[in-house]
Amino acid sequence: MLATRNLNKSFGSLVVAQDIALELPQGVRYALIGPNGAGKTTLINLLTGMVRPDSGEIRLAGEDIAGLTPDARVRRGLARTFQINTLFPQLTALESVTIAVLERERHAHNWWRNLARFDAAIEEASAILASLRLGDVAHRATRALAYGQQRLLEIALALATRPRVLLLDEPAAGVPKDESAELFAVISGLSQELTVLFIEHDMNVVFRFASRVIVMVGGRILVEGTPEEVGRDARVREVYLGKHARAA
Amino acid sequence: MASVEYFRRQSRWRPLETAFWLCTLLPFVVTPNYLSLASQIAITALFALSLDLILGYAGIVSLGHAAFFGVGAYTAGLLAKHYLGEPLAGLVAGAAAAGLLGYATSHIIVRFRHLTLIMLTLGLGLLLHEAANSASPLTGGADGLQGVKVGTLFGFRFDMFGRTAYAYSLAVLFICFLAARRIIHSPFGLALRGIRENPTRMPAVGAPSRAHLRKAYTIAAVMAGIAGALLTHTTSTVSLEVLSFGRSADVLVILILGGAGRLYGGIVGAIIYLVARDQFSGINPQYWYFWIGLLLVAVVMFLPNGILGGLSARHKKPE
Repeated sequence: MLATRNLNKSFGSLVVAQDIALELPQGVRYALIGPNGAGKTTLINLLTGMVRPDSGEIRLAGEDIAGLTPDARVRRGLARTFQINTLFPQLTALESVTIAVLERERHAHNWWRNLARFDAAIEEASAILASLRLGDVAHRATRALAYGQQRLLEIALALATRPRVLLLDEPAAGVPKDESAELFAVISGLSQELTVLFIEHDMNVVFRFASRVIVMVGGRILVEGTPEEVGRDARVREVYLGKHARAA
Repeated sequence: MASVEYFRRQSRWRPLETAFWLCTLLPFVVTPNYLSLASQIAITALFALSLDLILGYAGIVSLGHAAFFGVGAYTAGLLAKHYLGEPLAGLVAGAAAAGLLGYATSHIIVRFRHLTLIMLTLGLGLLLHEAANSASPLTGGADGLQGVKVGTLFGFRFDMFGRTAYAYSLAVLFICFLAARRIIHSPFGLALRGIRENPTRMPAVGAPSRAHLRKAYTIAAVMAGIAGALLTHTTSTVSLEVLSFGRSADVLVILILGGAGRLYGGIVGAIIYLVARDQFSGINPQYWYFWIGLLLVAVVMFLPNGILGGLSARHKKPE
């Protein structure tokens, strides 16, 4: 569904992405892990067009999207969420999600008809919020939502674009452990046709919810495989546990 | 259904609004000697409303909005002087010229934000001001455009008491207000608020933010151009001041005073600002800006969302 070849990016002498080759088939749940500074968020920024690669190819369902703007990629089905809440503080949850639905349906350019006439879009936004257990707070301003609810709204906004591939940048960042399981339960309940890649540091969560794992170190992909394969991999253990792990 | 009802309620016409617009007719009977001030207020309110569309709704801070006002004023003036004094034709021409300039400059404007954006709008405004100053054969330069002959409006002459002028300005303000109201309650209006709230997120929900901003900027320019043309028609002259930095700064102060992002902010701001100027300059014509300065400081310190924002916060019950 989403594939890259020879993707490279450096900031000055700092190489943040080196020869990245990915192949994400439809419906697979990928976890992207790696130490801080490994280039995980940069990879999401490259895939979504928020950072321009120095070279390389990005294909979504076979189409080369490397030259497209971020919003054009979203309209073709590649959506993301942000590690740090990137929401619309003074808009209500419903207004926020409605924006995304209206953009997808190409109604957002309409500057003459009343919003209330777009009832299909509003009802859909409302249903998305309900499916993420945000139905009760749909009319509350985003900045008045609890932090965990704001994390869910991040996902709601991405889902409203009806993506084929969803990239989640630490969806549970800052959420207490018990709530993060709830959040991932929501993620694992998403349509099986949707390809999901999420960045996560908690290995328990990774092992529970990912069908495959990608390990990044220093801007490169170190290993890709099932959680078990990755867990057994000596190089991964070295990165995560230090050199002593081998001796033990 | 409840969700759709929420949006319907947002755009519903409120009794207070009807009362407000009825009150705008009062000057005809209550203060007939102040009708030319009233039409100045209506024109300034329209100018502030046009700034509100880009500043209050889309988050574009401009210090050069007088560029569009001035182009509208000069276009209407030149048309009336050389070809045709029909006011409505002048409005259309002023709107079109300002809109063209707005569309052309919007391609630069939407690429920048923050301080760069403010300086760009300021710079473009200064450029235009000096261009009009040096093109004196066309514009009259610092002496202003003389010999503007404005025709009758539906058979009514622009009388010396300002009756026609106020009726004309008020009607145009009201029509433009209805248009602005419609725009902000449309999907496009919601998208603009999204851009104001978070320009980083908008592309990530598939929104072509720059295209939206170009459109908003052009619409605001058209409206400012109409306001400029109105000034020409109601005063039968165009001075270089219509393009000045002072006018851009004043309209920004007016909008901030009244409250940005709430449609009526610019209108309320224009009433307070121009009435205050009229009164204070009667007391001491040299130092009236002192009082405006004091008012501005007090408002931004104690009512960060402007006078209307402060009033509505007081009336809104906490959820």
